[in-house]
Amino acid sequence: MTTHSTLAAPAAAVAPATPARRRAPRGGSKLEQRRQRWGWLFVSPFLLVFALFLIFPLFYAFGMSLFTSTLATGTKFTGIDNYLKAFSDPLFLEGLLRVAAFAVVMIPAQLIVAMAAALVLDTLVTRLASLSRLLIFAPYAIPVVIGALMWSFLYSPRFGPGATLFDLIGQPTPDFLASDTVFASLVNIVTWQWSGYYMVVIYAALRSIDPAIYEAARIDGANGWQTATRIKVPMISSSVVMVITFALIGTLQFFTEPVVLRNIAQGAIDAAYTPNMYAYSLAFSYSQFNYASAIAFSLGMLVFAGSFVFLFLTRKQSGLK
Amino acid sequence: MKSKILAASGVIAVAAAALTGCSAGEAEASCTNEITKPDATQVSVWAWYPAFEDVVDLFNENHDDVQICWTNAGQGNDEYTKFSTAVESGSGAPDVIMLESEVLSSFSIRDALVDLTEFGADDVKGDYTEGAWKDVSSGDAVYAIPVDGGPMGMLYRKDILDQYGIAVPTTWDEFAAAAQALKDAGAPGVLADFPTNGRAYNQALFAQAGSVPFAYDNAEPTSIGIDVNDEGSKSVLAYWDQLVKDGLVATDDAFTADYNTKLVDGSYAIYVAAAWGPGYLGGLSDADADAEWKAAPVPQWDPANPVQINWGGSTFAVTSQAKDKEAAAVVAKEVFGTEEAWKIGIEKAALFPLWKPILESDYFRDLEYPFFGGQQINKDVFLPAAAGYTGFTFSPFQNYAYDQLTEELYAMVQGEKGSDQALDDLQASLEQYATEQGFTLQ
Repeated sequence: MTTHSTLAAPAAAVAPATPARRRAPRGGSKLEQRRQRWGWLFVSPFLLVFALFLIFPLFYAFGMSLFTSTLATGTKFTGIDNYLKAFSDPLFLEGLLRVAAFAVVMIPAQLIVAMAAALVLDTLVTRLASLSRLLIFAPYAIPVVIGALMWSFLYSPRFGPGATLFDLIGQPTPDFLASDTVFASLVNIVTWQWSGYYMVVIYAALRSIDPAIYEAARIDGANGWQTATRIKVPMISSSVVMVITFALIGTLQFFTEPVVLRNIAQGAIDAAYTPNMYAYSLAFSYSQFNYASAIAFSLGMLVFAGSFVFLFLTRKQSGLK
Repeated sequence: MKSKILAASGVIAVAAAALTGCSAGEAEASCTNEITKPDATQVSVWAWYPAFEDVVDLFNENHDDVQICWTNAGQGNDEYTKFSTAVESGSGAPDVIMLESEVLSSFSIRDALVDLTEFGADDVKGDYTEGAWKDVSSGDAVYAIPVDGGPMGMLYRKDILDQYGIAVPTTWDEFAAAAQALKDAGAPGVLADFPTNGRAYNQALFAQAGSVPFAYDNAEPTSIGIDVNDEGSKSVLAYWDQLVKDGLVATDDAFTADYNTKLVDGSYAIYVAAAWGPGYLGGLSDADADAEWKAAPVPQWDPANPVQINWGGSTFAVTSQAKDKEAAAVVAKEVFGTEEAWKIGIEKAALFPLWKPILESDYFRDLEYPFFGGQQINKDVFLPAAAGYTGFTFSPFQNYAYDQLTEELYAMVQGEKGSDQALDDLQASLEQYATEQGFTLQ
């Protein structure tokens, strides 16, 4: 879809690709033109909503980020000053470092759990397998806020099971929400919530592999472990790349769980714990809408760049090459 | 984490603003209460008091030309967030809004509130105490009409103190001694909690030792005085730091589920509280069946010169987006301007009135509270506390100041900083913020 006019691009995305490629750059047959009109009709509702709720607000927010309004002196145009300020703002940079640390710990954790569960489920063919699949997936079906609230009760030294468990082994109950433990507590919540979802994605990819390949491997003398590591994992690498991309984007935008836990651990989770929370606090608690837009845009650019670099580096595995 | 949370939170801000903007035109149609006189001018009101509906009905019944259209837009910060977005977008705010006095400057500096002196605020000035009136004024301007206040006292578990033979502390020295005695006696709980997220509560404790954290006057809106690390605040914080280090008080975050449970199950023997505290306690579940609550005056540093303090309190302000400001001002002045309205507020919502006709009435003074075993807590504790309160000035960035205070106090109880260092760092961060926001420091 490279040769024709920009107008034709979305229509061609809807129509089958082969006839579009054969068509001349401009004009084309009557039939083609009619097809294009229908295509436009079908995508227009989406385009309208897309423009109204994403493109327009995006431009608006970018526009806002070019101004600076302070409490005492009013609003004035300051160009990219807000961006320069953002990238020298220790709170923003600390938040970025923190989500980077989360990514380093959380993504492998989720991936290992999801991959192990999917590989085990793939070899099981009993009724237990479908039940287990459902149970592993269940946390994802719970809304994020509800899940985080639930964990906030589980972590509570008063209501949670922690006190009972640690009493059994005669140890004092640790504070799961102190400043040095809250990181691990958050990793746990997110891994609990998302592993099941990633498991389903990986499991679906595994099911699409032709069983004849396994048979060939077995005939060649491969055991279960070898089949898993030499055949299955390489063959689903594009799904794994997709899962990591999702997890990467999600982690850089980390927001809901720390916001919910902040209600019960304000000291351990400050207002700028993650960059997204910082933008939110700036806009809604401190009324700095302009600077909040700049922070949000900076984060958006970093997320875009991060996922782009990742997809570029893994283009072999993902099949995007 | 959820992908719905877009990278651009600004986008959400704008979308939210657009949505509230759209619904502004239909605000009249969505009242929580029923409007009985549809031809009269309608004034939209945001407020979260429990049992406010009865007060609204009463007002509408008594007024033929003005009717209240009430919406509960959430409590405290939830409501402020909506209001702040409406202010930024220029539409969607109600005509009259319930605000705590501590955020009035934060909104008046953004031109979100109307100066009520043009709309007869002075007519009702005489109905309020000097301290209450100072809380809603900035210089000559008056930005809201006071409703309820939070003069502070000390609620205690008589049964627990009696069990361990501890006298009710009247000074902070006695308070510390009582905390030690309770621990020495092997009680399962502690004497009290020191919540690092106490916000206005902690500020009130500092104020008792003479702290005047902010100097701000709307006549000179670009100039602010900040003094949060004065000697008084430092001595108060050093006192609490020592109690925390000795394990004599808890450091639970306030208003969490854990905290609420501990308040009523005997884990804390004393709850240093505002006048609305009894109402708050009454709303909590899992209360100890043996609990025997009493109220006493807040402990003092110098019993010869008692200082009264205040925690919380709400007001009604007219927003600059109000269509009919005259009618809106009438609502702000009169909604809690009758004895009948106040009896609903006191008996159903446990509010502490700032309106003198009821504040100074025999009815309120002699009211017996079943929660306290029939003790006349107003006469014993809260009326003298209210009478001694002289008012307070909050900063125009109070939310930021509170967040910073919480962080510093948390660093202190975690043992990362000493109490003096925490307050010095707070001073530095607030000064830096104020300068960045274009203020000149006094």
